Amino acid sequence: MSADVTEAPQNKDAGETGSERRLNMIDAINDALDVAMTRDPDVIVMGEDVGYFGGVFRCTAGLQDKHGKNRVFDTPISECGIIGAAVGMGAYGLRPVPEIQFADYIYPGLDQLISEAARLRYRSAGEFISPLTIRSPFGGGIFGGQTHSQSPEAIFTHVSGIKTVIPATPYDAKGLLLSCIEDNDPVIFFEPKRIYNGPFTGFYDKPVEPWKKHADSVVPEGHYTIPLGKARQVREGEELTVLAYGTMVHVAEAVCAAKGVDADILDLRSLVPLDIEAIEVSVKKTGRCLIVHEATRTSGFGAELSALVTERCFYHLEAPVERVTGFDTPYPHSLEWAYFPGPVRIGEALDKILSE
Amino acid sequence: MADRPDGAPQQGSNKPALSLHVPEPKYRPGDAVDFSHIDVPPAGEQPRPDENCDTHDMHDLAYGLVRVLGEDDKAHGPWDPKLDPETLRTMLGHMAMTRAFDERMFRGQRQGKTSFYMKCTGEEATSIASSMALAADDMVFPSYRQQGILIARGYPMIEMINQIYSNKGDKLKGRQLPIMYSSREHSFFTISGNLATQTPQAVGWAMASAIKGDSRIAATWVGEGSTAEGDFHAACTFATVYNAPVILNVVNNQWAISSFSGFAGAERTTFAARALGYGLAGLRVDGNDALACYAAQLWAANRARSNGGPTLIEYFTYRAEGHSTSDDPSGYRSAQERTEWPLGDPVMRLKNHLIALGEWDEDRQEKMDLEAAEHVRKVTKEAEQNGILGHGLHHPFQTMFEDVFEELPWHLKEQSEQAIREREIKFPGGLKL
Repeated sequence: MSADVTEAPQNKDAGETGSERRLNMIDAINDALDVAMTRDPDVIVMGEDVGYFGGVFRCTAGLQDKHGKNRVFDTPISECGIIGAAVGMGAYGLRPVPEIQFADYIYPGLDQLISEAARLRYRSAGEFISPLTIRSPFGGGIFGGQTHSQSPEAIFTHVSGIKTVIPATPYDAKGLLLSCIEDNDPVIFFEPKRIYNGPFTGFYDKPVEPWKKHADSVVPEGHYTIPLGKARQVREGEELTVLAYGTMVHVAEAVCAAKGVDADILDLRSLVPLDIEAIEVSVKKTGRCLIVHEATRTSGFGAELSALVTERCFYHLEAPVERVTGFDTPYPHSLEWAYFPGPVRIGEALDKILSE
Repeated sequence: MADRPDGAPQQGSNKPALSLHVPEPKYRPGDAVDFSHIDVPPAGEQPRPDENCDTHDMHDLAYGLVRVLGEDDKAHGPWDPKLDPETLRTMLGHMAMTRAFDERMFRGQRQGKTSFYMKCTGEEATSIASSMALAADDMVFPSYRQQGILIARGYPMIEMINQIYSNKGDKLKGRQLPIMYSSREHSFFTISGNLATQTPQAVGWAMASAIKGDSRIAATWVGEGSTAEGDFHAACTFATVYNAPVILNVVNNQWAISSFSGFAGAERTTFAARALGYGLAGLRVDGNDALACYAAQLWAANRARSNGGPTLIEYFTYRAEGHSTSDDPSGYRSAQERTEWPLGDPVMRLKNHLIALGEWDEDRQEKMDLEAAEHVRKVTKEAEQNGILGHGLHHPFQTMFEDVFEELPWHLKEQSEQAIREREIKFPGGLKL
């Protein structure tokens, strides 16, 4: 691959050539940060344990060595301070990429995020902006218990002035992260930690496949971006539309394959801005829609998607829109797989939609 | 009442029952006020350490009170900044102008020209004198009562009034509550209505300046009441960890709406003493002494600019008026507090100092006050040409949807069309002005 590709290169067939560079999601994110820091001296990385150690998930490994302590550094354990300081750095003209170690830890920083970062451009009529990209691992399936497993994306999609982006593959993780860093608005970049090392299918009792067997693990070197607000067509099909993001893209795909369902699967990639056009085209084609997310059900982003599909595609629908989600409980430790919206819950929903 | 664990014997039954301490101010409405318990050391008594001294060598300054202007109206001691008379007159002029501005804007709110206003009466020195000790391009992250900084930095008054009226001339497009100014050109950060959020932001800005090897420093202002917010403590931690070139100004005006400073911990220690636990330099300053405010800020600015690190300054002052146009202080505190306040009035003290120097007199003061009032009156009339709140002369409807993001996403486009449609239904053929 060339060192500075500005358009997203085609890589769908690359898996068959075997000659391309293959990365897991951690290395793809690390690569994106490295590319961003190399291209723009205003990009800085900060967060708990991200410096010398390289992050608890290793996403920032090697960056301090390469780019220096002034641009990659550890922070106090204070999410309020991390995001607050990042807002000030953004006002100065830097492009901070703070890491919040787990999405579950982000709450002490919410006021700085919701009332400050997300509102700076509006309240100052554009005098000050917050070009922050807040990276944070989210989601369960790693036996993290209730404080290392949450999916709080709907808290952020509910806030005006902030973008919410969630990659589902290494290729997307790099291209989307570079877009987020270059974006002049604050972005929450949630990394589905269950698929950092491989595309989890939801069949938790089977061995995990590494990313290297997946076509989207081919990650070109150098710079490329994937525009925010454009969904990815995972699979074309006629029987129903599946809307998903993050880990659940792979789970839904695997369940449809196992059941022989000819699904039109969209990986939304960003929730705000949302690719409403792709959703409408797909649902109007199939007439059926299943929404899958790992987050709790009530007021989850699935409720928004369900409302949008109903408002815009009602006369094309042949069955009620279905949601498959986590339960409205905290994420339990020992009962993790009973909580997780896995193959059984998705399979049941597929049967229901297709029987109407 | 929560049960003890089953079977646990009651412990300590020979001791008095635990009791909760809910702070109570010394004086409530109607009470005679006696402030003799407030320790006011003589002007000039406090030592002035070297700007790059170790924080351990200046602990006493967090409990004392840096004062320059004495009872004799003369400047005393090592903190005397030795400003020339012209600078002192400029300082006095900004303070008089701020007071005249506050009077007029408060009245404007009572006349229904806007929804809200906040005066800084009695606290003018804490913003004006202190900000005059900074460079014009040092970034300030104010709270809501530092209008004096904008006046001292020469921000056009008409912009302030346009903002207060939320009219069509308002640079902030009528989006912000009155007095929540923003001016990048004057290195004045956009004010938030959420308290203390600006403090870690100021530290972050200062860190960025240090990362870039810049020469500019940051300063933030926060009320003593909101030092209780977690943001303030995050700011102190980040400031000390990264030795950030920042000044944390705590304006202790004794009152947070109706809650006295005891609800932020003032019964136990000083606010300047917060610095000690963090290893920050801490100064406690007579906030009604313009020369002391200037000197302390200059000390901290020099320290920050030479990589000496952050300073926390407590300005001990008194909020002479209500919190805002929305509260009546006679409902929660004694009216005598203002007249009995042992540190006097900052404008009077600076004026008397200039007179004592032979550089000023009552006639010139009277003339200056009149000119300030006339200037504010004239600019107010000019701003009213752009409209007052609620009288139609606001920004166009679609501006409501701008600046949420850099670009308008589809859902905001749809909602913008809805707003315009509603307007056409409500005002067919357009609004008559």
